[in-house]
Amino acid sequence: MRISLFITCYNDTLFPDTGKAVVRVLERLGHTVVFPAGQTCCGQMHYNTGYQKEAMPLLERFVAQFRDADAVVVPSSSCVAMMKDHYPKMAEEIGRPDLIRDVAELLPKIFEFSELLTRRLGLDDVGAYYPHRVTYHASCHGLRNLNLGDGPLRLLKAVRGIDLVPIANVEQCCGFGGTFAVKNAEVSSAMLAEKTTAVLNTGAEACTACDNSCLMHIQGALHRQRTGVRTIHLAEILASTEEGRA
Amino acid sequence: MSLQPLDPRTAEIFPMAARHLLGDTQLRKNVRHATDVIQNKRRIVVDEMPDWQELRESGKRLREHTMQHLREYLEQFERNCTAAGGVVHWARDAAEARQIVVSLAKSAGAKEVIKIKSMTTEEIQLNPALAAAGIRPYETDLAELIIQLGHDQPSHIVVPALHKNRQQIREIFRREMNLPDLGPSPQDLADAARLFLREKFLTVPTAVSGANFLIAETGGVCVVESEGNGRMCLTLPDTLITIAGIDKVIPRYEDLGVLLQLLPRSATGERMNPYNSIWTGVHPGDGPKAFHVILMDNARTSILADAEGRQTLNCIRCGACQNACPVYRQTGGHAYGSVYAGPIGAILTPQLMQMEHAQSLPYASSLCGACYEVCPVKINIPEVLIHLRNKVVKEKSWADPEAIALKTVASIFRSERRFRAAQRLGRIAERPLVRKDGQGDGWISWLPGLLGGWTQVRDLQSMPKESFREWWEKRAETKGGSDV
Ligand code: SF4
Repeated sequence: MRISLFITCYNDTLFPDTGKAVVRVLERLGHTVVFPAGQTCCGQMHYNTGYQKEAMPLLERFVAQFRDADAVVVPSSSCVAMMKDHYPKMAEEIGRPDLIRDVAELLPKIFEFSELLTRRLGLDDVGAYYPHRVTYHASCHGLRNLNLGDGPLRLLKAVRGIDLVPIANVEQCCGFGGTFAVKNAEVSSAMLAEKTTAVLNTGAEACTACDNSCLMHIQGALHRQRTGVRTIHLAEILASTEEGRA
Repeated sequence: MSLQPLDPRTAEIFPMAARHLLGDTQLRKNVRHATDVIQNKRRIVVDEMPDWQELRESGKRLREHTMQHLREYLEQFERNCTAAGGVVHWARDAAEARQIVVSLAKSAGAKEVIKIKSMTTEEIQLNPALAAAGIRPYETDLAELIIQLGHDQPSHIVVPALHKNRQQIREIFRREMNLPDLGPSPQDLADAARLFLREKFLTVPTAVSGANFLIAETGGVCVVESEGNGRMCLTLPDTLITIAGIDKVIPRYEDLGVLLQLLPRSATGERMNPYNSIWTGVHPGDGPKAFHVILMDNARTSILADAEGRQTLNCIRCGACQNACPVYRQTGGHAYGSVYAGPIGAILTPQLMQMEHAQSLPYASSLCGACYEVCPVKINIPEVLIHLRNKVVKEKSWADPEAIALKTVASIFRSERRFRAAQRLGRIAERPLVRKDGQGDGWISWLPGLLGGWTQVRDLQSMPKESFREWWEKRAETKGGSDV
């Protein structure tokens, strides 16, 4: 299948390894990945912070870039939730009939990375090898907005060599919340303290998730405290094989 | 500690208030413990319901329908309540509502009133107004009594003293009831409260209550509670004054079939409330001789006029969103500077203030969606929060640093060329901030300005040498461009 990659602005800039891992996994499975060059950002940060007006042109740009895609993969659950939850009413507000129609046609073809594998391609085992003790953080948008369910866990369970350990209070938010992390830094930090305690209690070497924004936040504290525990996007675990680590 | 009444007009902004409360380790432990206990109870009685999601949907539809026909149902309630011997009063705002209660109490000759827990009376700060008129209010709900005797303020809409633990409650009772030998068990505390209140139930002839529901079809009023103090207040006095927001009306008696399943399971994790009182007007020889109900607007119609904000009025005040909220879990309720704390407070309070105060509250959320998931009438709280944030942003001046920053970033995202340039620039600009001292090589542990909140407790990894798109393009070149 021809799959268009929407890398998202922050993965493009800060976490290119996640994008490379997505490409590696999909090509290994025999698919062709395309990358529309004019893509930038889905508008989530602006929309969720109250800058709806600023988010509108970003929706238009996204649609123009991906309108003709057969399937779109996005390695960020919160960006997919942004598009599914808000794009239809944003398009209504802009009021262009062609845009409303394009959004309606495009949205069902957009998949968060794990969702593409489990729901669209029907796979649990993608032939990965990752001999480490890992715990999975269920990002809120993946859990509640996209209802990813146990899809990411099924993918992880099929990884050779992995020692997958459950985390306490898996449904509790890590406290990132986009601009919340700086606007309410102290509450965000109190929430993060509970999450990092839960991560450390698992004895895992690495904490994974379908969203680098949560992971950047969790990793920030794990590193500040020199815990020796790292974070890694799910795609990077799945890209890793006996032949070579991602 | 004596707390001033929670007033969004004068309260500190949320991040500041939260900062103080985060330092209160006892409070944080109490809040974590209490919300865990209630959530676990809730989960058990919700999971046992095969049709919980359908019930939620019915609850939502019912509330939406009511709000669409609010005027008719209120008038129907007024007619039926009046026909049954009740007296209906209308109050435009908090001041009018207070004035009506005070003058009714005065004309009943009251020097004291007994009260059932009512967040609406807290919203309008009724107790200080009664006291100023020489009328002493006695709270009869155990939690409200703790708050009143402790010179404290409610921190939760269902469990107002949720931030206090048993030892603290014992201290308050020992001191305020003058019981130096009071024991520490729940039984000891309940007995002390019972003795203290019993005399009031038997001697004070005027009561003030709130309402859970106003039934348009019958003119009846419904109050649910756990302790039986409400039943006493509703039946023993000669005069009963009920105050309710106009959003409390429901169309039919049988609608309680849905709502009285949703409410107790969501609120206290009970299948049914121990006491469910429904009364209609007055009945000779049975209960109060005079019954007044005050229907209060206090900005509710302005909320109704806002298509995106109006779902806030569907709330049945179960408090489930407060228990589920990871922000409330850390700070407790007082940080919200309003009797309505937690997610419901974050959407209701700024709207009750018509967006003139409490503008920091819509931002007091990570938008995790736990509130929406538990809300028995499916209020999409994150959606309303975002809507209110938009209203806050629209009022910002052009010189606001956050607005300038976000508008600049948006203009970068509007152009691929500018985005690439910004990525390159970022790698240069961050250089002086990236540590090279062996302690945190390749990491940033201090950022300036608005971003300083990040590095207060978190490090940030420095930017990679190459963005994804740069890698992709190089790769395509070596592969002959076949992939682009
Ligand atoms: S918003 Fe929903 S969950 Fe929160 S108190 Fe109201 S009804 Fe309950």
